Amino acid sequence: MKKSSLGGAVVMVLLAAAAYAAFFIAPTDSRQGVVYRIIFLHVPSAETGLVSFFICFIANLAYVFKRQPKWDWMGIAAAEVGLAFTTVCLITGPIWAKPVWGIWWTWDARLTSTAVLWLLYVAYLLLRTLIEEPDRRALLSALFGIFAFIDVPLVFGSIRWWRTQHPQPVIMGGPGSGLEPTMRAVLFFCWVPMLALMVLLMHSRYRLEAMRGDLDLVRREAEAA
Amino acid sequence: MKNLNSVFAAYLIAWGVFFVYYLTVARRAAALKEDLERLKSSLNRGK
Repeated sequence: MKKSSLGGAVVMVLLAAAAYAAFFIAPTDSRQGVVYRIIFLHVPSAETGLVSFFICFIANLAYVFKRQPKWDWMGIAAAEVGLAFTTVCLITGPIWAKPVWGIWWTWDARLTSTAVLWLLYVAYLLLRTLIEEPDRRALLSALFGIFAFIDVPLVFGSIRWWRTQHPQPVIMGGPGSGLEPTMRAVLFFCWVPMLALMVLLMHSRYRLEAMRGDLDLVRREAEAA
Repeated sequence: MKNLNSVFAAYLIAWGVFFVYYLTVARRAAALKEDLERLKSSLNRGK
């Protein structure tokens, strides 16, 4: 069995276990009912997206200082994977909000900063398609990636600094905040497969970009010959 | 079980997004591998 297939199988088992825990182990919320179980998908997706963008930021900084292609490949891989997780966060949030708030969306600080984050990383990916020369593309997108990361602390802090429609933090929210112990344990357990999925996707995407780098090199050699 | 459909919809959509993304990466990798092999063999023939 190939390593990547084994990794994929492990992630699928973990995702199934997380879904089982979210549906059958976590107790039902007395006020929201079953719909609150979406948080076991929504919160880990959001947090994993932020972790991916942090990896992208580190890779962007490393590229600016070291100018090695591997950091550019890591940057694009992390940005794309982070965007996938943030997309899931932005879809599952409104599905939860409609029955609980009565509206799909509101322009509060958390939702707006997350939507801006999504747009910033879409712009990061678009920017890369507009520049032909590989070194220039890598440098400009790294600089843009560093700028885009400014929004990540804003997303994280928005529900701590401002009054929002979005619920207050359930993790690192200070005294009086948080979840019932079983719910909290299930939430952390559900984060594990998301992180494993992030690693799997990032690894596949990194390999794709490395292959593209090889192809560029062979093309340049062919043109020079 | 009010709103159970919403929970199922959220899970199905999320897994769908990840699955489609994984497929697009795999397809792009396969196409690129083919291009690379083709270019390498045409270079070898030219030598």
